[in-house]
Amino acid sequence: MSKAMTVDIPVSAGDEDHYRIKMGPQHPATHGVLRVDLDLQGETILECVPHVGYLHRGFEKLAEHRSYVQNLVLTDRLDYIAAMANNVGYCEAVEKLLGIEVPLRARYLRTMVCEMSRISGHLLGLATHALDIGAMTVFLYCFRERETLLELFAELCGARLTPTYTRLGGVRQDVTHSIMMKLERFVNEFPANIEEYETLIDTNRIWLMRTVDVGTLSAEDAVSLSITGPSLRGSGVDYDIRKHFPYAAYDLVDFEVPLGETGDTYARYRCRIEEMHQSNHILRQCIEQMPPGPIIGDDAPDLVMPVKQGRKLEVDAPARQGLIKLIEDRETFMEGDIYVPTEVPKGELGFYFISDGKGSPYRMHIRSPSFIHIGALKTMAKGVMVADLIAIIGTMDVVLGECDR
Amino acid sequence: MGQINKNDLVKIEDGVRFIPGASALVGPLNKIINWGRAGSIWPVTFGLACCAIEMMVAGASTNDLDRFGIIFRASPRQADCLILAGTITKKMAPVIRRVYDQMPEPRYVLAMGSCACSGGLFDTYAVVQGGDEFLPVDVYIPGCPPRPEALLQGLIKLQEKINGEQGRWSQMA
Amino acid sequence: MESNGIVEKLREKFPDEVLADYQHLGQNCVLIRRDHILDVCRYLRDECSMNHLMCLCGVDNSTRTSTVDSFSERFEVVYQLYSIATKQMIRLRTQVPEDDCSIESITSLWIGADWLERECFDLMGIHFDGHPDLRRILTPDDWEGHPLRKEYPLRGDREWIGYEELKAKSKELSKFDFHSRDHEKGEHE
Repeated sequence: MSKAMTVDIPVSAGDEDHYRIKMGPQHPATHGVLRVDLDLQGETILECVPHVGYLHRGFEKLAEHRSYVQNLVLTDRLDYIAAMANNVGYCEAVEKLLGIEVPLRARYLRTMVCEMSRISGHLLGLATHALDIGAMTVFLYCFRERETLLELFAELCGARLTPTYTRLGGVRQDVTHSIMMKLERFVNEFPANIEEYETLIDTNRIWLMRTVDVGTLSAEDAVSLSITGPSLRGSGVDYDIRKHFPYAAYDLVDFEVPLGETGDTYARYRCRIEEMHQSNHILRQCIEQMPPGPIIGDDAPDLVMPVKQGRKLEVDAPARQGLIKLIEDRETFMEGDIYVPTEVPKGELGFYFISDGKGSPYRMHIRSPSFIHIGALKTMAKGVMVADLIAIIGTMDVVLGECDR
Repeated sequence: MGQINKNDLVKIEDGVRFIPGASALVGPLNKIINWGRAGSIWPVTFGLACCAIEMMVAGASTNDLDRFGIIFRASPRQADCLILAGTITKKMAPVIRRVYDQMPEPRYVLAMGSCACSGGLFDTYAVVQGGDEFLPVDVYIPGCPPRPEALLQGLIKLQEKINGEQGRWSQMA
Repeated sequence: MESNGIVEKLREKFPDEVLADYQHLGQNCVLIRRDHILDVCRYLRDECSMNHLMCLCGVDNSTRTSTVDSFSERFEVVYQLYSIATKQMIRLRTQVPEDDCSIESITSLWIGADWLERECFDLMGIHFDGHPDLRRILTPDDWEGHPLRKEYPLRGDREWIGYEELKAKSKELSKFDFHSRDHEKGEHE
């Protein structure tokens, strides 16, 4: 940690305890390339100013230059810890905009992969959170289960982290019997694994001292800060997009939204653990209820250029133009704007589209939960100790790819 | 023991011999130093984006980088390898260079993933088109993101490279 | 998701501010005049329990062609509000002219709007009056131009000065690197 904190020269005599410290962007505990400027009195934080943008890649600009089909691949790189959920979020938004129907089996498959990625996202969140606070074993245990899920993703679609599994109008590939068997085994074993984590940290004295009454957020503050997801529900606000705006097959499965009461780091940790139980419950229902049928709708835009009479692409026109044209040829193309939220492991991921009837979005805005959660650090970290800031960053479960876009 | 006869030495590898009865090796300095360096590559804990997650997986129990002598160090001053794991943006590039400048020689750079190799799919105003624009990259690992096994292969390639080095302990005259 | 009641309430309360309203794909949207956006938002938050600010973003209308939509000014700020209690959603669109590119900040209502407005300023160049700390957020502080404006090319119109400096510096520092002496062949035993 010695490097990441470059200490400015302390101010004049008599005020030796007043420090200004820059934590990050290269810092093991900031979950990526987050920089936090701290104004310290001894070890108490007077002022905490987070700086982001170290992973700003220009998603929204890039999206305007690409077609709806091509943009799908960008969404994997948003929240790369739970990329499937982003894929689903993007596709749900575009489908709503373009009026594409998704068959029931595809909706179930989406629910399934969403919950798998929710579990893997929460596992990574818990792993890094615990690692930051000093519980190394939890990290190793969580990664063990996460590996199982990632290998299932790999079997399902060939990629572990960036699957691009969904397609506009459905999903790319059907599940095999082998995947379902493995998933079922995972679902059966997972509750025992969660218990394992709980035995490690749930009543661990150090863990309790580092989390209870740390980073407490009241319900009003949490809503005013626009915090969403488990971080909001830890404060007792019942807001889950899966219940409020049901998408995929969430209206067909039964699950509960776990709520915390105290709004501190421990409550948020408990919320995530309970959510993993619920996700497991949803996965079990998906396995049991998986309906037969097609996995992609008939009116889904195809990626293959159709053979058409009298249509000639210029030789030097980039393939991109062809794809854009392909979508423009759809007759049911919608004009106007739409905002579609979905519940990703971190919180509310919203896509705001403005379409002017062309093949690429006129404007695509991504409302990413991590961006807002990091913005909340400033308020949450006021007056706490430096060590608690690390716990707060961990509990907000931020991922910088999504934050900076 | 008296004088050691050259024939008594046990040959371990080409040019490296073991003195029986003493815990000592005789060999060219190059080989011994390279052997030490290649067996203790300490990368700095420095994740940028998606690839960092796969880098963490490589360090966790399934793939276990420790068996190669690879241990992540949080401080660049103790590290001798920088893994560019993820997209390099222009805002981040000066920071990466600073981390690299703080590392002592000999130091090595691995570009992990297509973004660090070439900019990947982000051909935009904010992204550096490949880490080699401002850093001497030693090993390129393609993939988006590369599997942990690919990172292992990249690190083994780096070990091979280190083993082939000649007298890398000062600036070139 | 019927929030027609809110649109009517809004029309009643602010007859001069509501320019138009429409429903698209089941989502309600209201076009609001720029001047009293803060009052409208406060009314929605306090009286209609629209307590959750979902999304705030800027839009550049300069190359937009639309047959159904009406817009007269270059920029637009879009607010997406939601009521967690009554499950109603409403979208507010406010148009901002190019020559006076500013709008009132709503950070006094939602603390969370702070960074959203900064992002909007950074990428779109819309000023928010009354914002406590309006600086660039995603791009470096000395970045030139606002990337999400339509005239800004995808790859940028000029190189960022910080990156130019970095490349020069890395060229200069490269002469201090250690190198393998591969040209001195043969091992020195």
